[in-house]
Amino acid sequence: MTRRILWALPFPIALVALWHVAVVQGWMTIIPVPKDVAVELWDFAVGGVYDSVYSGTLLTHVWASFSRVLFGFLWAAAIAVPLGILIGRNARTSAMLEPTLSLLRPIPVTAWVPLVLIVFGLGAGSAVILVFIAAFYPILLSTITGVKGVPERLIEAGAMLGTSGWRMLTRVVVPASLPTILSGMRIALGFAWVVVVVGETTGVPTGLGSTITEARETSNTALIIAGMTFIGLAGFYSDKLLVLVFRLMRRNRPLIAT
Amino acid sequence: MSSALQKTPSSRSPQSPADAATSTGSTSAIELHAVSKTFGDAGSVPSLRDIELEVAEAEFVAIVGASGCGKSTLLRIVGGLETATDGVVRVRHEDVRGPGPDRGVVFQDYGLFPWLSVRENIAYGPKQRRLPRAEVDEIADRFTEMVGLERVSAQFPSELSGGMQQRVAIARVLANDPAVLLMDEPFGALDSLTRLSMQTQLRQLCSDLGCTVLFVTHSVEEAVVLADRVVVMAGGPSHGTAGHIRTVVPVDLGFPRDITEPGFNEIKRVLLAEIFAEQSAQDVA
Repeated sequence: MTRRILWALPFPIALVALWHVAVVQGWMTIIPVPKDVAVELWDFAVGGVYDSVYSGTLLTHVWASFSRVLFGFLWAAAIAVPLGILIGRNARTSAMLEPTLSLLRPIPVTAWVPLVLIVFGLGAGSAVILVFIAAFYPILLSTITGVKGVPERLIEAGAMLGTSGWRMLTRVVVPASLPTILSGMRIALGFAWVVVVVGETTGVPTGLGSTITEARETSNTALIIAGMTFIGLAGFYSDKLLVLVFRLMRRNRPLIAT
Repeated sequence: MSSALQKTPSSRSPQSPADAATSTGSTSAIELHAVSKTFGDAGSVPSLRDIELEVAEAEFVAIVGASGCGKSTLLRIVGGLETATDGVVRVRHEDVRGPGPDRGVVFQDYGLFPWLSVRENIAYGPKQRRLPRAEVDEIADRFTEMVGLERVSAQFPSELSGGMQQRVAIARVLANDPAVLLMDEPFGALDSLTRLSMQTQLRQLCSDLGCTVLFVTHSVEEAVVLADRVVVMAGGPSHGTAGHIRTVVPVDLGFPRDITEPGFNEIKRVLLAEIFAEQSAQDVA
């Protein structure tokens, strides 16, 4: 473990050093030196350095963004998982819904932005809607794939042991497709963080996306980089959290289908 | 391993076909009359045609035959996993309609639930029948012990060897107290030593519990080691004729069987001759 950390350290240190040299030598203008960004990171997170409106407000902004991601993501999962199971298990539902859903899918989430802003107005609501749209398809598609990929043998085994109907879904199909559904959810959560930042660029007073947009308007490059750093961290830890939730739910059960 | 097999439940005593006959009025646990099966459209060569077979209570019947003769299809029809195109399929005098817990199937590839532990796999059937928790626990313990898997009861199928996984699959089905046990080349994926030991254990278990077994295998020796009667199937669409029963050979040898004994080899020779008779006739034609 420590060996792995030792191996991982030189590369980022070299990057930061290169950045520092580039700024000092004047190869890059406008970009502040790493130390200034570090101070900004500290001020944004804890406060007490610049006494600006952003000093010590990190938690407010992280929570604002995180709650939008969570809200949109959970709604997407709540609709996409049951829908995916239905489509995956029922040929008629699949024939009814899949063509339309496949046609809507190639529309990039960013192309939805103007429409969503007009319909739902500037504000946090639109960000949540965008997160929902972004998270919906990865979860839906992975659920369909997972459900269709449940080995026929397991369905047969369940049936000959006395499982049928609704219980076949809850006892066999869902547990067997859970690993695939989880991987779809992880992709969805990644998209959700991409999109929440886009959604927060207009008309939202809080959130990490709003922070870096505001920082651009005041040409506070250090704050932009600090904000970017925290967006990355938030996405990273959200993914860890999602995997942890699944692990707790499944205890020590194998998450990989065999 | 084999010592675990000695601890058999006292609630079910060994039953001979004759005992079953007096108690139920008929000896047949499985009845197949004029059963046919055609995959695809009506014009194609049937996989099975006019199958007539009866299996008595507590009887162990093996089905052998070349690949594609429809022996697995026949088993799956009894299991309700396939539907016969024609004919009558009854288990304990009830028409077979779809799969059900009265017909336990053991697959070659085990079909265990990978997210359930050994014990949970075994408890699955009793849980599905919504038995009281205490009873589920008792059954799970009893059958885990019966196949000698107490030590690994908390482990997951992926952590076990093939032989152990197949023992879980057998215990899982027996825990459901099925009327008949349907085994589709259950030991086909195991190495030959594991296979031998599994055969001994299975035969012991079946004699102790009085199971009715339909056992599909491509190994003539395995059939003679295990079965009271051996059904020889032949034909199949790939040979241009429908799959059918060529003959049924009784195995009048006691248990445990000695595979080096002349009587054993004589039955093996008869069976092999029957299997190849039709094949070589076809090859010539």
